[in-house]
Amino acid sequence: MEQNLLLTYLLLTPIIGSVLVLFFKKEQKELIRWFGLAVSLVAFVISLVVYFSFNQTNPQFQFIHQVIWIKSLNISYHVGVDGISLILVLLTTFLTPLTLLSTWKAIEKNVKMFTFSMLFLEVGMLGVFISLDIFLFYIFWEAMLIPMYFIIGIWGGERRIYAAVKFFIFTMFGSLLMLIAIIWLAVYASTTLGYFTTNLLDLYKVGPTVPHDIQGWMFGAFFLSFAIKVPLFPLHTWLPDAHVEAPTAGSVILAGVLLKMGTYGLVRFCLPLFPQSAVQFAPIISVLAVIGIIYGALVSMVQTDMKKLVAYSSVSHLGFVVLGIFAMTVESVQGAVIQMVNHGLSTGALFLLVGVLYERTHRRDIAFYGGIAKLVPLYSTVLMIAMLSSIGLPGLNGFVGEFLILIGSFKSPVLNSWWFTIFAASGVIFAAVYLLWMYQRVVFGQVTNEELKHELTDMNLREMIVIVPILIFIVWIGVYPSTFLKLTEVSTQSILQQVGTFTGNLLK
Amino acid sequence: MKRERGQIKNDTNMPQNNYEYFLLMPQLIIAVGIVLSVLVELTTKKSEQILPWLSIALFVAAAFDSILNINQNFVLFGGMIEVGGKPAIFNFIFNIGAALVVLSSIDYLKKYGAYFGEYYILVQSSVLGMMVMSGAKDILMIFMGLELMSICFYVLAGINRKKLSANEASMKYFLLGAFATGFIVYGIALIYGATGTTSIQNLVENFVTYSSNIIFILGFVFFLVGFSFKIAAVPFHMWVPDVYHGSATSVTSLMSTTGKTAAFSVLIIMLSAVFSGASNVFRPYFATISALSMLFGSVVAISQTNLKRMLAYSSIAHAGYMAIGLAAGNIFSVAGIIFYLAAYVFMNIGAFTIISIVEGENDSKTDLNSFAGLNAKSPILAALMALFMFALAGIPPLAGFFGKYYVFISAIQSHLTWLAILGVLSSVISVYFYIRVVVFMYFKESVEDFKIQISPYSLTAVIITALLVLVFGILPDTLMNVITSVLH
Repeated sequence: MEQNLLLTYLLLTPIIGSVLVLFFKKEQKELIRWFGLAVSLVAFVISLVVYFSFNQTNPQFQFIHQVIWIKSLNISYHVGVDGISLILVLLTTFLTPLTLLSTWKAIEKNVKMFTFSMLFLEVGMLGVFISLDIFLFYIFWEAMLIPMYFIIGIWGGERRIYAAVKFFIFTMFGSLLMLIAIIWLAVYASTTLGYFTTNLLDLYKVGPTVPHDIQGWMFGAFFLSFAIKVPLFPLHTWLPDAHVEAPTAGSVILAGVLLKMGTYGLVRFCLPLFPQSAVQFAPIISVLAVIGIIYGALVSMVQTDMKKLVAYSSVSHLGFVVLGIFAMTVESVQGAVIQMVNHGLSTGALFLLVGVLYERTHRRDIAFYGGIAKLVPLYSTVLMIAMLSSIGLPGLNGFVGEFLILIGSFKSPVLNSWWFTIFAASGVIFAAVYLLWMYQRVVFGQVTNEELKHELTDMNLREMIVIVPILIFIVWIGVYPSTFLKLTEVSTQSILQQVGTFTGNLLK
Repeated sequence: MKRERGQIKNDTNMPQNNYEYFLLMPQLIIAVGIVLSVLVELTTKKSEQILPWLSIALFVAAAFDSILNINQNFVLFGGMIEVGGKPAIFNFIFNIGAALVVLSSIDYLKKYGAYFGEYYILVQSSVLGMMVMSGAKDILMIFMGLELMSICFYVLAGINRKKLSANEASMKYFLLGAFATGFIVYGIALIYGATGTTSIQNLVENFVTYSSNIIFILGFVFFLVGFSFKIAAVPFHMWVPDVYHGSATSVTSLMSTTGKTAAFSVLIIMLSAVFSGASNVFRPYFATISALSMLFGSVVAISQTNLKRMLAYSSIAHAGYMAIGLAAGNIFSVAGIIFYLAAYVFMNIGAFTIISIVEGENDSKTDLNSFAGLNAKSPILAALMALFMFALAGIPPLAGFFGKYYVFISAIQSHLTWLAILGVLSSVISVYFYIRVVVFMYFKESVEDFKIQISPYSLTAVIITALLVLVFGILPDTLMNVITSVLH
């Protein structure tokens, strides 16, 4: 097969970068920061090259690079992208430099290790999105835990140790069960295909032929692992802790990319590998998703801590994504993918903006603030846009994703009921309530706190450089979504086709 | 596997007599080395300075001699001992492990108060015992090797006779070890009574016939119980925490790694009929001790605050994971167990050596609190310890992960998925106490103010083990190919 090394270069950039960081002296903080930024920018440029040479009409995986890695187990280093993975790769490489830039002032302790962890984390995230060998995927999935664990544990807030350990163990629990399912599938493949394999493209043929009752268990193991990561109600309890305790950069990456690994896993593995079970369990999962949408929104409403509010809003937003995936129509799945990106942008921006306030006042409780529009007009405007995008105002990105998901689930033959859509739509209204209410309390009115007048300064150039690119995409996706929808269309169809072939006319 | 057995059975394949000793070179190197060491000890006053380097040279020579002659797979001395093949891999692991332990002992023993030459002679003798065990083709050879190894360990555990904890460890180890030996001897007697032979070759070939004989099965189970003591599996684990805790850290690192490997090598030899296709009558036994060990080891380790004790319970859990392979009993599980053992040896030697570096006078500073803020005191030690903890927890891509991966594959191949699921569940539990060490090193401030004297020798040993853990993790085929080449 023709080999294309582009993705390997993309993966190698942060690997080499993170190793080089180790050779800097601890005291050279500025230099390390610039170096980290430069490395992540190089990765971004490479991902753009991938984007521009990507053939959007080809449903196959592209830029495939395959090298035998562990011959005795027939495991290869096998990477490639389709539209869905590409858009998430772009999200990753786009958010990483911005996050690094945003920590310029916030992280003073052990900058060297922080930059190392961030770059190492980028390797893990990229690896998850481009792996075409399920074993390789698992390696990246697990390896990514370590840097995130350190980021929360070293640079986090007061209860950081509890949050870091909880994050680690929750994820590990799900992924180890997935490991058993991976091995079982590979062993099963050796009876049907004649060789032990973890190659995803081979397993696409094997997965649907697994006997029905066992397939349910395998689906369950994969699903549990991804649902913990998403996180789907009721497995979400690690998320608020991790978000609140993590430093701003950690929260942005966590919300922006890490949660997407879960939903990506659902699209890439759960649906095409176990289509029969996916269809069978779709209604139950969708019920959980809808509960998550409403529950997340209601809990957000009563939060007094801004970061916690944004964290719970993630539970709500990701519920939409899961609903979109399990509605299994082209619109809803495409909507889900675009909503993954949207959530990464809007919630990422919200976390960054909460971080901006926190850096100045070291307070996150809503009650502390009030009337800051007079003090920091620029900040208030930017916060307004990010918030409206998160609510799903038409013309901004959130609307596109949610709208597609709602339409798709409305006419979904798998769900076959309007109730999902009706309840999910209420989540949009709740989102408006809790976000606007927070905005009103923080931004409008009289300045309630004298301290604010001394401490609060408006956004500086560096912070604007961080936030403006995100705003550009928020508007771009909102106004002209086809740029992004075209990218995922063919890949989505091909995944649904795989599901359709094995489940009869159910999807027609 | 068939081909290899055929090769051994075929008498014409046996080498000429004068060639036999040459093939036995690794064992001879150590045996002659022991005599030399005794002479050095008798004649010079500075034996404690010469012997470590002599031992390392002997171990390295023996290790490389065995691995270079891995293809010279023969049975020598009328079916008594096997050379090359599987034993060669085990000999390599024993000798490299022992060399690393000796390297890390050089400065540690001064601190511990056991700065004398006998230590090294005892280590050499124990390794000779292990090599006899791993190559045994006759049950009596197993017994000889086992006793040689164990008696050295009993003495090593109490090497500093002035320390109360070491005396206690030594005594407990000896009493329970002797008890286990009793089981083994009784088992051997029953097996001999039932079959009239002590030749393992004979037992393997007629395993199916013999296994209808209840006396044979009973003897075999006695034998397995005895060895379950040696591999530290639940419910035969009672001695482990106290002995690992009370002994000198370098001794603990030797007996918890190579000692356990030797015991597993015997189990693999005795069960080779099962591994080459006979139905596994002992599956319920191994599945039970495996499940118990994994869960018990992981759960109890959570409540430990002393690192040596914590690693003792972790070693019980690891015995459980490896026993999954014995329960699965297919050819793949042999490869898996051997890989796991190699990974385990290096991970544990690394972790124990770091403990021995941090350890202060009189067994102090082995608590979790002593590791608080280690990253600020010595970033390199903290990073390496974190590596070993993640490896022991089975985070990919480190050696420990592949050990588990291979064993779980063999379990699923043998339709023991439930055991594999129990395995991952206890892995999740064990993650908690492994990463707690990382929490203390990185996330907490130092609570005890003391300076760490990093011995260059120990650090070298740690770095070598860390590299091995990384290499076996990133390129597991380097080791796996060697293992599978002798199995097929």
